[in-house]
Amino acid sequence: MHDKSAHAARHRVPPTGFIRKYIFSTDHKVIGEQYYGLALAAVFIGMVLSWIMRIHLAWPAAAIPGMQLLFKNGAPGGVLTPEYYLQLMTMHGTIMVFFVLTTAPLAGFGNYFLPIQVGAEDMPFPRLNMLSFWVTFGAFLVAIAAFFVPQGPPLSGWTAYAPLSALGEVAGPGQGTGQVLWAVSIAIFCVGQLLGTLNFISATLDMRCQGMGLMRLPLTVWAWFITACISLTAFAVLMPACILLVLDHVAGTSFFVPSNLVVNDQLQPHAGGSTLLWQHLFWFFGHPEVYIAIVPAMGIVSHVLITNMRRPLLSHKAIIYSMVAIAFLSYMVYGHHMFVSGMNPYSSIAFSLPTLAITIPSTIMVLIWIGSLYGSKLRINTASLFALGFISMFVSGGITGFFLAQPSLDIMLHATYFVVGHFHLVMAVAALFGIFAGTYFWFPKVTGRMMNETLGKVHFWFTFVGAYCIFMPFHYLGMAGNVRRYQAFVDDFMAPLMPVHKFITIAALITGAAQLIFLYNLIHSRFWGELAPQNPWEGTSLEWSIPSPPPFDNFAGKLPVVYHDPYQYDIEGATNDYVMQDSPASINSVRGEK
Amino acid sequence: MGKVFAATLIVIALASAMPIILHTWEPPADISTHGRLIDEQMSETMAEAGVAFLAAQLILAWLVWRFSNRPKNEKIQHFPGGARGLVAAAVIVVGIEVMALGIFGAKAWAAIYFTPPSANALPIQAQAGQFAFYFRYPGADGKFGPIHPEMVNEGNLNFFGLDTTHDADSKDDIVTAELAVPVNREIHLLMHSKDVGHSFFIRELRIQQDFVPGLDLAVHFTATKPGKYEILCTQLCGLGHYNMKAYLKVMSQSDFDNWLKQKAALQ
Repeated sequence: MHDKSAHAARHRVPPTGFIRKYIFSTDHKVIGEQYYGLALAAVFIGMVLSWIMRIHLAWPAAAIPGMQLLFKNGAPGGVLTPEYYLQLMTMHGTIMVFFVLTTAPLAGFGNYFLPIQVGAEDMPFPRLNMLSFWVTFGAFLVAIAAFFVPQGPPLSGWTAYAPLSALGEVAGPGQGTGQVLWAVSIAIFCVGQLLGTLNFISATLDMRCQGMGLMRLPLTVWAWFITACISLTAFAVLMPACILLVLDHVAGTSFFVPSNLVVNDQLQPHAGGSTLLWQHLFWFFGHPEVYIAIVPAMGIVSHVLITNMRRPLLSHKAIIYSMVAIAFLSYMVYGHHMFVSGMNPYSSIAFSLPTLAITIPSTIMVLIWIGSLYGSKLRINTASLFALGFISMFVSGGITGFFLAQPSLDIMLHATYFVVGHFHLVMAVAALFGIFAGTYFWFPKVTGRMMNETLGKVHFWFTFVGAYCIFMPFHYLGMAGNVRRYQAFVDDFMAPLMPVHKFITIAALITGAAQLIFLYNLIHSRFWGELAPQNPWEGTSLEWSIPSPPPFDNFAGKLPVVYHDPYQYDIEGATNDYVMQDSPASINSVRGEK
Repeated sequence: MGKVFAATLIVIALASAMPIILHTWEPPADISTHGRLIDEQMSETMAEAGVAFLAAQLILAWLVWRFSNRPKNEKIQHFPGGARGLVAAAVIVVGIEVMALGIFGAKAWAAIYFTPPSANALPIQAQAGQFAFYFRYPGADGKFGPIHPEMVNEGNLNFFGLDTTHDADSKDDIVTAELAVPVNREIHLLMHSKDVGHSFFIRELRIQQDFVPGLDLAVHFTATKPGKYEILCTQLCGLGHYNMKAYLKVMSQSDFDNWLKQKAALQ
């Protein structure tokens, strides 16, 4: 066990050279920012890809200016080819799921704030931490490289279903080199995440400062810890799956390819593999991945809301146990992605009931958040608006899970835009709202400067209304039978739905453009924002007890001692209305002073 | 600003519910014997989800309206009953409601997948390949001839890889690009994929089933209304995925017999 005595920390000397300080840094804060920066770059690439797809879907014959320069083979005359649409779609999903939703909420914010919030000077394994980022960055470069190989990126979607993904170029453009790069990239990515999770888990269990019992951890730490536990098992399954997929390409193996397949009139030289094996391995990772994206947001939103409500949640433990329950259930439900896959129909029921059971911990959390709003003194700022927006989005996106959890309804909704609407709201938008809430909340701590609140609120309104305008109609399309992953809706049935697609595209362009306000605010405030005090939001957790930005080893060589539960708000008699976690005064004595 | 949020959320919640209440976008009418169970389950789920959605959003809006930016001297109040009541509500009300939905809803799934086709169901084979469906009827002998993957050749129109020279059972097999079925007759559709994963989706028939390479799968259904319906591929299968479709033609028994005769003559 780590020596928790307050004087145990040695004063470490910060690195001086630019490379050791900003590039190959072992400082968890720099690594957190690097992960955030990577996610930021990735999210804008992913967003531009979605713009191109949306424009193409709404106006299939339209030439998109500049496309032929960017994608010579994919967009002759600026009009996307059917295969290029699928290739962009694959890359959009891959970049967003792996390099945005997995990196920013856990590795970005978690790296920066977990060690500070547990009262440690750094992660337990700083070099592994550095390696984790650079391995992930390498994975990103490999994924992006797929754009520049002759046949372009793969077209089999972010789920890379075999045998389409395993047969090579014969199965379609991008299915050769592009698909191999994809699988290599994701395998490398898994390594990066596994290295990261070791730090998160050991830091939470072993680096807590004196007095920091498990139940005194802020909900953010609990969320990151639980997410790291999910990541550890999920990525440990995805990595070998991707390695086997690469072997099917380059070593002539047949892990995922059965015998007697005929592609383009050529009998394929494979035998004995299983198509469903890929789906099982992929979704064993894939469903927990949803929670890898969303659980950190639950922690961040709780943290932001509590600070702005000026009161603790009705129950600290209910949130923790609900997150644990969700993490546990996440492994028992993955088969709901495979109801119509030809899996044994009895197993569909076995996967359906735990999926529906996830409603219970989810509802508990929503009721605790909402119930805590009752009677609070809610401060409205950009961070709390995004946190409230998260609750709304989480409810909207989660409720459609009632439908998709039922195999009989999945018959009608599977592979339609209903599914696209569902996972974008609950996984992408809700998680992004968590990221935004965290960004506006912690920016002053990270940079020592405040973000512009007016621009922040403008950003919020465009994003909140915009996200609903984009993703709600997806559900209506799906219910009407509009199937997904089509590059054009050419038939009589789907043609009448085109006005809805046009509406969605316009909403997506406006909402996407509004993200530039965020980017401007982020960059401008970093250099020219108003100087931030140490504790601008009057928070209680340890990150607010140190200067903004924090010094190199967080606590200036002297580890803190914690005396209180994390959210001591609404304390009558306190100087303001709160008591910091590391304040030695007892709550009773604070109350008694009045 | 809190009140603006609340008002916006109320507008969003009501606007989102409106197309559902008005049935603006609906799936096409069911033409199957089993689809009614699915449609009923869909309506029940929609009712529960709709109530939960509106309740959660409107309550959230009200709380933000009521409790944002309160004067400094006002005190924090506590939710009556505290967390205990809310957790109990989540477990008892929502939990039981949703689990019941799933347990009772399983009967729609069971009706399709837990019951075998009847003995007199008409067997038809469906093959999916990049980017077309083909169907095979067994002919007068009622038997499908064996498939020889090495003989599959689209150029020669031998889509299934049949050896009509040597295999007696293959000689009278009828291969078509559209799926014709007699109305009110149970069909036993035997599905396999030639190359990659595909799926078989007919909205009106309330059927969606993947073709999984290496697996022989089957579905059974009875179409109750004559007409022409779209069969879509819903499993991403490559660049032509969006254009991979065929048609289901539901016809009277006599029309079907004539159709089959015509197709047999073309083989």
